[in-house]
Amino acid sequence: MKFALKLTVAALVAATGTGAFAQKGETVKIAWLDPLSGLMAAVGTNQLKTFQFFAEKFNIKNAAGVKFEVIGIDNKLSPQETTAALRSAMDQGARYVVQGNGSGPALAIIDALEKHNARNPGKEVLYLNYAAVDPDLTNSKCSYWQYRFDADTSMKMEALTTYMKEQQEIKKVYLINQNYSHGQQVSKFAKENLKTKRPDVQIVGDDLHPLAQVRDFAPYIAKIKQSGADTVITGNWGSDLALLIKAGNDAGLNVKWFTYYAVTTGTPTAMGAASDGKVYQVAYGHYNMGGEMQKYADEFKKRFNDDMYTLDIYTVYQALSEAFAKAKTTEPVKVAATLEGMKFKSFNGDVELRKADHQLQQGLYITRWEKASAKYPYSPENTGYTLAPVKFYDAYVASTPTSCQMKRPS
Amino acid sequence: MEFFLISLLNGISYGLLLFMLSSGLTLIFSMMGVLNFAHASFYMLGAYFAYAVSNVVGFWPALIVAPLLVGLLGAAFERYSLRRVHKFGHVPELLVTFGLSYLILELVQLVWGRSTVPYGLPEQLQGPLFTIYGTQFPRSRSFIMLVAVLMLISVWLLLTRTRVGLVIQAALKHPEMVEALGHNVPRVFMLVFGGGAALAGLAGVIGGNTYVTEPAMAASVGSIIFVVVVVGGMGSLGGAFLASLLIGVIQTFAVAMDQSAATGLQALGITVTEQTFGYELLKLTISQVAPILPYLFLVLILIFRPRGLLGTRED
Repeated sequence: MKFALKLTVAALVAATGTGAFAQKGETVKIAWLDPLSGLMAAVGTNQLKTFQFFAEKFNIKNAAGVKFEVIGIDNKLSPQETTAALRSAMDQGARYVVQGNGSGPALAIIDALEKHNARNPGKEVLYLNYAAVDPDLTNSKCSYWQYRFDADTSMKMEALTTYMKEQQEIKKVYLINQNYSHGQQVSKFAKENLKTKRPDVQIVGDDLHPLAQVRDFAPYIAKIKQSGADTVITGNWGSDLALLIKAGNDAGLNVKWFTYYAVTTGTPTAMGAASDGKVYQVAYGHYNMGGEMQKYADEFKKRFNDDMYTLDIYTVYQALSEAFAKAKTTEPVKVAATLEGMKFKSFNGDVELRKADHQLQQGLYITRWEKASAKYPYSPENTGYTLAPVKFYDAYVASTPTSCQMKRPS
Repeated sequence: MEFFLISLLNGISYGLLLFMLSSGLTLIFSMMGVLNFAHASFYMLGAYFAYAVSNVVGFWPALIVAPLLVGLLGAAFERYSLRRVHKFGHVPELLVTFGLSYLILELVQLVWGRSTVPYGLPEQLQGPLFTIYGTQFPRSRSFIMLVAVLMLISVWLLLTRTRVGLVIQAALKHPEMVEALGHNVPRVFMLVFGGGAALAGLAGVIGGNTYVTEPAMAASVGSIIFVVVVVGGMGSLGGAFLASLLIGVIQTFAVAMDQSAATGLQALGITVTEQTFGYELLKLTISQVAPILPYLFLVLILIFRPRGLLGTRED
């Protein structure tokens, strides 16, 4: 009896002893599901490179001592393809999934994981959303198995309209967005926010166009011109933004653009000198962050001849490695629980993964397209211009309430 | 007025690009009875070839070289593949062009990748050509219009004023008779197919840098040029011209119309709310359905005037 007790204690000590470093040296497979084909392939390719780049950086040194491995799968920007890609990723042993382009595929992942995780205890998969910003994803459709690292549309619009409130020259606003959940949400929140913050501003147009299909925005530009708008708000990204701004500059349209994604591939070139001082962007970061992030950005540019713009990918790795170290495991169930409410310092200041809805709370920058200067030297796509920060809003300013009723696994 | 003029110009330039694409298709179809599914792929090849060639020798030589290359490929395809399949009837012909379109798509993706390529405008075509009411009209679009009109004139001259053109026209209606008269009809077919492909290639060269050069560009125009051919009337060059302009202009203007069935009903004094039956459908604005309007047009034409606007054949 005594001997048995001793043995148990010894076993326990051994177990906890090795348990403390159990995750060390483990390989964590991260499945990346985003477009590598079609009009948005350039954006997807850039982000996959960013994921691989940071995997390499974090593999040199991270809090948990794990190795990250990225498996990139083309989801063709389609929810159906995403479900198939997710299955293939899980077959390859990935327990962590990242995705960001399009809220449709994001929702498909959430749906699939809710089912998969309920049916396969012990084989749970966690979804880290790095760019799909439909507010529904952390409100009516929130999920325990999703963490979002980008600021959602409501937060960005909160910051954007807080800035626009001060700009008295804005009188007539035109909204043009992609016709899917994200674009519709941008339009909705723009209208709501402007109504309370700038009731005098007139909304002179509200357009939705097909996602990633329009090649010629000239008809839309003619419409904006006719409406007499002085400001355009758009949540467009990738080619939809590049072609829109290009068509605007071609036609000599003189308006201020308030955008979400002026950094995405192709847009800096489309803006060029013609958009000097006219394009604004709201985001959790910018080209000239300084410090360690600047070194990464410069190295990325040197190596890939491409600009790194999805900076929250860094935050994803950081959150994961800290959670691994804290939970002393890479098991998604335990990691998910550890991430809840976790506070840490990222490249853009103090951030918190809010427990109520798994939305990262972070500060937001308003930046403006202007000539690169000594202070803000980084020039994307070798344009000689940059997005210079004009305003920073702390996390609490941009924070928006949530209606999420999280169902936690018992 | 400003809006009307600018939209009209935009519509016409897009329509003319469509015409460049569909003229070759309608020629091939009326002459050989082959519904060439790979036609839009030749458009894409034109853009990619021009991109590759212009990197070496510049845009202006590429404007000539790329369509010629595409034309040669088209002729070779007719000579070594389509002609062999021809004797088995129309369905195998259709399938072989269908297969070719996939082959070209995959090849393009293998060679140039799946994302867009940086095929830009040459310096001479950048910037605005003129300004009306404060809106600039880009040179690139004007160039499309110029090339399309020149092409229309030269094709028309070729068909009506030259010996080859007369043979082509004759072979269009009575190939056996023309052959009996000692003309080499298969060679005429090869010329027409190659020529049609070259025209599509030419459209690609100037469409590729005005819009975007990427692997989905073929699919994006592929279905619309069939609409043009059907609406214009099978085998009618004039019909294709009319239909292209019509579709270009309709699509451009539809974007500007924010009216929906719901606002229409409201104008009639009927209250429409979110609770009304079918609100999701009623609230769709014309600008939102703009992309499907050409297909609606296609269905209507097939119902009410199956031979097309200027078509001569009833079959």
